[in-house]
Amino acid sequence: MENAFGLIYTGDANMQLRELTFSRSVAAVPFGGRYRTIDFMLSDMVNSGITNVGIIAQRNYHSLMDHLESGKEWDLHRKRDGLFILPPFVTHDNTGVYKGTVDAIRSCTGYIKRSSQRYVVLTGSHTIYNSAYTDMIEQHIATGADITIMYNVETPDYDSQNYDDLRLEIDDETGRIKDLALNPEKPKSFNCSCDAFVMEKGLLEYLVDDAAAHAEFDFMRDVLVKNAGKLKMYGWRFDGYVARLNSINAFYKHNMALLEKGVSKQLFSHEHPIYTKIKDEVPARYVGEGFAKNSMLADGCVIEGTVENSVLFRGVHVAPGAVVRNSIVMQGAVIGSESSLDYMILDKGVIIGPGRRLSGHATYPMILRKGTAV
Amino acid sequence: MPKKKVVAMLLAGGQGSRLGVLTRSMAKPAVPFGGKYRIIDFPLSNCVNSNIDTVGVLTQYEPLALNAYLGSGQPWDLDRMNGGVFVLPPYVAGSGGRWYSGTANAIYQNLPFIEQYDPEYLLILSGDHIYKMDYAAMLDYHIEKGADCTIAVLTVPMKEAKRFGIMNTDGDNRIFEFEEKPENPKSNKASMGIYIFKTSVLREFLINDAADDNSEHDFGKNIIPALIEKGRSLYAWAFNGYWKDVGTIQSLWEANMDLLGEHPNFRLEDKDWRIYSKSSGMPPHYLSSTAEVKESMVSEGCVVYGKVRHSVLFAGAHIGEGANICDSIVMPGAVVEAGAVVKKAIIGEGAVICKNAVIGSEPTKEDGDYDRSLTGDITLIANTVTVPSGARVPVGMIVQNDGR
Repeated sequence: MENAFGLIYTGDANMQLRELTFSRSVAAVPFGGRYRTIDFMLSDMVNSGITNVGIIAQRNYHSLMDHLESGKEWDLHRKRDGLFILPPFVTHDNTGVYKGTVDAIRSCTGYIKRSSQRYVVLTGSHTIYNSAYTDMIEQHIATGADITIMYNVETPDYDSQNYDDLRLEIDDETGRIKDLALNPEKPKSFNCSCDAFVMEKGLLEYLVDDAAAHAEFDFMRDVLVKNAGKLKMYGWRFDGYVARLNSINAFYKHNMALLEKGVSKQLFSHEHPIYTKIKDEVPARYVGEGFAKNSMLADGCVIEGTVENSVLFRGVHVAPGAVVRNSIVMQGAVIGSESSLDYMILDKGVIIGPGRRLSGHATYPMILRKGTAV
Repeated sequence: MPKKKVVAMLLAGGQGSRLGVLTRSMAKPAVPFGGKYRIIDFPLSNCVNSNIDTVGVLTQYEPLALNAYLGSGQPWDLDRMNGGVFVLPPYVAGSGGRWYSGTANAIYQNLPFIEQYDPEYLLILSGDHIYKMDYAAMLDYHIEKGADCTIAVLTVPMKEAKRFGIMNTDGDNRIFEFEEKPENPKSNKASMGIYIFKTSVLREFLINDAADDNSEHDFGKNIIPALIEKGRSLYAWAFNGYWKDVGTIQSLWEANMDLLGEHPNFRLEDKDWRIYSKSSGMPPHYLSSTAEVKESMVSEGCVVYGKVRHSVLFAGAHIGEGANICDSIVMPGAVVEAGAVVKKAIIGEGAVICKNAVIGSEPTKEDGDYDRSLTGDITLIANTVTVPSGARVPVGMIVQNDGR
């Protein structure tokens, strides 16, 4: 789709991910053994033929910049268009700190103006799925919509954590959105926004300017919800797997879901690969008595102990006699001999000494912050 | 163009006929090794880690797989404005087309490529060796000795020396004699086929060699003996690491097995000397609750439901429930279906072993005589072959598709 550019907002102040977002934005949170959440949106865009992507960085974006580099892993290191990281900056009418999404989008007006494509795909960075935007953009053009919102149908027991939970009330006959509700107390619909929107870039520019002129700063509340009746909005339904990382429990659940064949097939496909930064690690090795069951393990792991029902990121070392169960262990952790972990989330580079026993619970996985030594 | 201190020329030419069907549609350096690599990743990564950023790859056999693999050189950081990696096939010139008639001839025909960079030194490498070597240290030695040519040598057991090209040296490591596979070796310093030359000296000898109709245009047979004869200064540089010529089925299998175990003969985990390769872009590997994987190397994209012992699984390999893999190499994208048994075998890229097939079974009378000269006791299933369900392939047999 050459006539669209992408804009990814990474500034979510998602403190419900607790320690995982202390030193990084949600977009840079590790997911699925070797990825960061932003790899999914970026790959979705690249797989849709989008070659011009702006990334609105706000807080803690060093980790994100380190991950993205020049964008070459996504084939976005280009002469024409490519990857643009848009950090905040201070000018006489801009304090450098965004008051909200509207502000953030306005601050990159320059980039938006320069982009030659007619349509924009605007996404957040905490909702993960594997889908090209091609069909959504086609539907947008065919319906003549002002705004098209990607959504999926969640089950009644879906726990939204009231975080950016945008519900779509859709007219069954026309498919048009009748109403939008943000974080509703009693939702009338199970159509949940996937945090991806298509519109003409001119409309986006107008809407954010207009919102700012009325001292309104939240794109969802002040732009989408407020205009739900006025603008022609359509939903584009996605039926694949959707992982919203809106809490630690959700983060844990969706990582563990990758151990189910169906889910991993929906998130990773040969036709739509998910690209990420290459670390050139050696393939994983099982040594001596080491083994793993029902687990996902990335390259660079050396397994001398036992791993069950877990997701291990790149370069994790599990020493002899150590037992890792029901846990998510991020890059470069060292699990000492005879230690045991159950329902734990270990951030990058955690060191577990020999014989240590640590356990969370299925309903409350414990997190060890980046670089913790136990 | 800015001048380069050193340019590397990688001789990737060989069909590698001793690797049998594995090299039917690709040059030897493109053969997969070690779960996620291809053989050529080793010399290329050594170059990059030794700060050599200009590499010519000389090939004239099935260049497609190699060309496609090398691409722009990005995975090795060799996509450079000045320098980078270049595939150099033979070409037609005004005086008619010429295939490379020998290793020396291949370099001779590419003197114009080398002259673009006007390098002081030339590093000549082979594309079928697995090792980690700091070429910069070898170059320092070459410069310190003021040598015309420095040859990397490996100390081999005396009784095996007669299988190698042997360098006889004086107390200062200066080479006074070179013997190719000598009956009665005088030394155990075996040439590794890695040379550093003063470019000006090599150029002179290549031009003289090209004019000699009796020459085989080979480094080992012609160029090195000629330098010694003319009294040029040649030095041996001793290498003490792991090195393996993976030119045969047996050695390719052994080199893969050398990566396994608590103290592997060849350890790849080394943050200061990474081996780079083109990424498969696949998710981490998945072991199911029925999987039993021990003492093995498993790469990204693998999905395992069966039993795997002492084996190397390449990217995207799929092992079905109840399948039993032992002492084997399963190359990229190969599938071993439920209940199949694979013993001491190499399963080629994209091959499919259907349900309950047995690979590497004890031969019976019905199998008759088949040629095991290439394989010994290793069973080889060629790339993209499908072995039907319940079929039995006896030890050491090579299974390939008819035609190609």
